[in-house]
Amino acid sequence: MKGRRLYLDGVSVVFDGFRALNNLALVVEPGEMRAVIGPNGAGKTTMMDVITGKTRPTAGVASFGDADLTRMDEAAIANLGIGRKFQKPTVFDALTVFENLELALKAPRGPIACLRWILSGEGRARVEEVMEETGLADRAQDPAGILSHGQRQWLEIGMLMMQDPELLLVDEPVAGMTDAETEHTAALLARIAGKHSVVVVEHDLEFVRALGCRVTVLHEGSVLSEGSIDHVQNDPRVVEVYLGR
Amino acid sequence: MSATTLDAAPSRLRLGLRAGMIGAVCLLAAFPVLNQLPETHALHVSDFLVSVSGKWICYAILALSLDLAWGYAGILSLGHGAFFALGGYAMGMHLMRLIGPRGVYGHPVLPDFMVFLGYRELPWYWLGFDSFAFAMLMVLLVPGMLALVLGWLCFRSRITGVYLSIITQAMTYALMLAFFRNDMGFGGNNGFTDFKELLGMPLNTGAARATLFYASLVSLVVCYLLCRWMTATKYGRVLTAIRDAESRVRFLGYDVTRHKLFAFVASAMMAGLAGALYVPQVGIINPGEFSPGNSIEAVVWVAVGGRGTLVGAVLGAFSVNGLKTWLTSAAPDLWLFVLGGLFVAVTLFLPKGLIGLLQGRGK
Amino acid sequence: MARLLAILLMLALALPARAQDAFIDALAGLGGGFGAQAEAADRLGTLGDPRAIAPMRALSDGRLLRRADGTLIIRTDGGAIEAATGAPADATGAETVRINNRVRVALRGALGKLQLVSPDAGERLAAAEAVFRSPSAENVPLLDAALARETQPRIRERMELALAASRLVATDAAQKRAGIATLGASSSPEARAILLEARAQNADLLAEIEAAVAAIDRRLAVRRAAETFFQGLSLGSVLLLAALGLAVTFGVMGVINMAHGEFVMLGAYTTFLVQQALRDIPGLAPFALPLSIPAAFLVAGLGGLLMERGLIRHLYGRPLETLLLTFGVGMMIQQAVRLAFGAQNREVTSPPWMQGTLLLPFDIPVTANRLWILLFSLAFFVLIVAAIRFTRFGLEMRAVTQRRPIAAAMGIRTGRVDALTFAFGSGIAGIAGVALSQIDNVSPNLGTGYIIDSFLVVVFGGVGSLAGTLIASFGLGLINKVLEPWAGAVLAKVFVLVAVMVFIQRRPRGLFPQKGRAAEA
Repeated sequence: MKGRRLYLDGVSVVFDGFRALNNLALVVEPGEMRAVIGPNGAGKTTMMDVITGKTRPTAGVASFGDADLTRMDEAAIANLGIGRKFQKPTVFDALTVFENLELALKAPRGPIACLRWILSGEGRARVEEVMEETGLADRAQDPAGILSHGQRQWLEIGMLMMQDPELLLVDEPVAGMTDAETEHTAALLARIAGKHSVVVVEHDLEFVRALGCRVTVLHEGSVLSEGSIDHVQNDPRVVEVYLGR
Repeated sequence: MSATTLDAAPSRLRLGLRAGMIGAVCLLAAFPVLNQLPETHALHVSDFLVSVSGKWICYAILALSLDLAWGYAGILSLGHGAFFALGGYAMGMHLMRLIGPRGVYGHPVLPDFMVFLGYRELPWYWLGFDSFAFAMLMVLLVPGMLALVLGWLCFRSRITGVYLSIITQAMTYALMLAFFRNDMGFGGNNGFTDFKELLGMPLNTGAARATLFYASLVSLVVCYLLCRWMTATKYGRVLTAIRDAESRVRFLGYDVTRHKLFAFVASAMMAGLAGALYVPQVGIINPGEFSPGNSIEAVVWVAVGGRGTLVGAVLGAFSVNGLKTWLTSAAPDLWLFVLGGLFVAVTLFLPKGLIGLLQGRGK
Repeated sequence: MARLLAILLMLALALPARAQDAFIDALAGLGGGFGAQAEAADRLGTLGDPRAIAPMRALSDGRLLRRADGTLIIRTDGGAIEAATGAPADATGAETVRINNRVRVALRGALGKLQLVSPDAGERLAAAEAVFRSPSAENVPLLDAALARETQPRIRERMELALAASRLVATDAAQKRAGIATLGASSSPEARAILLEARAQNADLLAEIEAAVAAIDRRLAVRRAAETFFQGLSLGSVLLLAALGLAVTFGVMGVINMAHGEFVMLGAYTTFLVQQALRDIPGLAPFALPLSIPAAFLVAGLGGLLMERGLIRHLYGRPLETLLLTFGVGMMIQQAVRLAFGAQNREVTSPPWMQGTLLLPFDIPVTANRLWILLFSLAFFVLIVAAIRFTRFGLEMRAVTQRRPIAAAMGIRTGRVDALTFAFGSGIAGIAGVALSQIDNVSPNLGTGYIIDSFLVVVFGGVGSLAGTLIASFGLGLINKVLEPWAGAVLAKVFVLVAVMVFIQRRPRGLFPQKGRAAEA
């Protein structure tokens, strides 16, 4: 698999006069892990929305390899190899854990293909492998609706693993988790990260420090500072934004 | 491995329902035969019961089609009656062409209403309807095309929920207004009636009635199996996923518009087929079939039976229509109260319908 | 005898004292022989003196008497009057003047012309119309005379047209030109037809006639446009009334209420009941309609309150279920009204000031009730916007719909506000019913016809925006009426429906989308 880089430049998003993103630039190299931090309203989620096609930028360039992300819809971008984990886990409550993962498995996505779909032995093995990894193996036939919050997070991460994306966007993966769950999640993410580019949005600076990657600080829709965690923590502008005047 | 709520239910219930269904189909299949027995015989089935259950079978197909769209794909169509009526009109056009010179005015080609309205020749869109095969094609294609265009417009711009419901209702309302017009070439107010024959069978004979009855019953079984197959595959699970969390499905890389469109068009075609079977049995089709009330009644069938379960839709169609037939003769003033009450009761107390009730008892 | 009379007549004409009053002279002839009678009738006709009407009518009805001294007397219901002066007279010994068919024809013609100067305005207008339709050069002096005494502008206008049309068939080119100019300055389709007809005989004046026709066409086009505009506004006001309540319950609260139309219908029936109740109370009967407004607000608002507290509040956040539930409730309300009042239309009478037709500038005829409803709808709109913007209740309502948890945290009882907002929206629907009872049939399915239109208006205008609802109602009303002439009423409706759907493609949040991130959720 040839590596593709995520490239955002001059991206602005305006909602009725409110600038959610303002001339944002971000480059994530193939295989890189990047943490994005920033206060509330800094534009972190909007940035994710632009990359995954949920929001069209008012101006600017967003591309992944050769593909122009501003011209594609969510499904096309997902098929390009960009996966997203939402802040609030969304899984399909009426489907079982197994079925949730099966839906995420890389396979032709059209209606006819789905009608003719037969799960291969290989596919089944992959689903079972992911269920093992996420610790959901004994819940395989339970509907996702009855899982706990942590289990839903893992199921969603498992679905990302099934999608096998080249670039992974993770939005606040440990919000609202117990310490034990946080640990388990961090381990899961670390395992995926080895093979993919990852962008993690997080509030928790300790968690970011533990990731040990490059950090981008967003403020009011544009990049305030970028570098190692020590660099940004000592950047006077970052200190000002976080601590106030 | 299927996703329906029904399958999450105890298997005893599933077996029971399956046995009940097969039993019910066999019982229905016996109706035309029992109809032949002398009237004094204990097992005699009256003409009325045969004809009314033939209608209910068509309604059940409509309910199935609506359930596929609403119960599985989450598309609450308040205009499914339009697809039913369009299928009915396509069949009606074929039946009108078959009348030939036997009309009141005796014109060799033109139906009576056209002679009456001063048409010189058949409008272009009537051509081909003398052929049964062509008419059957149109029974499926016309509703299918309408669903394709409407669905594409709506799903593409992500019009969902109540907005979509209102638009579908507006669609059937607009069609009703349009079909009321004489210059549409569909008989205006009066629609089509006085049909003579179909496939060489005079329609007023018992044999024709029995044939239509069996055709409807077979169609119901085929449609049921088709829906069952569709919903049991991964496609069915994609639909359920779309129903519950549409945008999440997009982020998994599924083209939601195409999937919904596929289900909506398939559903519309099924509704068209139901209409086509209905028209020769009741002997008339007019713009009233487009009235929004009809569509919403079909929604009640599905809601009462239990949406998201195919058996529920069929059960709902039979039970609500049974109730309607009984009440409209026993206490006609009460029927609309009961129908309105069914809406209220089902939404407040029985969200899973009769099937949910059975499930609750099975547990 | 006849010869004697003729001599007498000539003598009379020669007498200077009498010559001042040609009417008196000619009148005497009516009492003469058949020949003299016909001649006198012709003269009286061309004289254009309204005093001649009564004696000639009397003659043709057999009520004209002649005394031995030759004085003509008209027999009236109660007594008799002198034909020349109108003074009371003694009819004893007077004998009825007889006429033959020739005289009858002459009388009819003369009376027809004299109607131009009749004391009755309606008759004068009708006469002007008649002369206008059958132009003839002979009418010119007659019309001149009539115009000299006419004071009513509307009749003058018709007479001038008639004069112009008559001049057009005269022989004199200058007269013709004047006629063409007058006709061309009008905006009447008949004048246009007369001009077109005259083209054949007047090859030399062709250019002028064409120019005059073009001028009329321009004016007619303007009038048609103005007429369409008003009809569009009128339809828009109806849509606005029907949609306003929905703009509150659906637009502001987000509750889909399919029984909205039934609340409108309840409002219309309340109007009917109030009218029935006050019918025999002389002091109050004229106020039945104004009194219906608060009554309808209360009835529909109470219905809404019961529905919200009893049913809808259990289904918040489940719009599809709410839709089905409210549809069911609507069905039951409709059936209840049908059982209580019968399926046939109930008659709601309009107060006198809402009846009749008015002429707006550009000669646009409008029915008074449509005009009142237009004004009412606008005033009502302003009132509702003010209520939401400036009252405590409006503030709480906006707070709850924008951020429920925060509003609750600030001590607002959200459940109460929900109930009151829904009751408010339903009450507005009831008031709409009062207005609609004036122009629509009051029947149990009154509301059904409005529900889809109302939703279209609210969605088109942008859910949550009352200003959007206003613009959308009038916009859709106008579009509908502009399309109607060439598409027909039904197809225009279908077209608008499709257009709204296509519009929603481009702007899924309507004309006036809600601002900010909240709308993205």
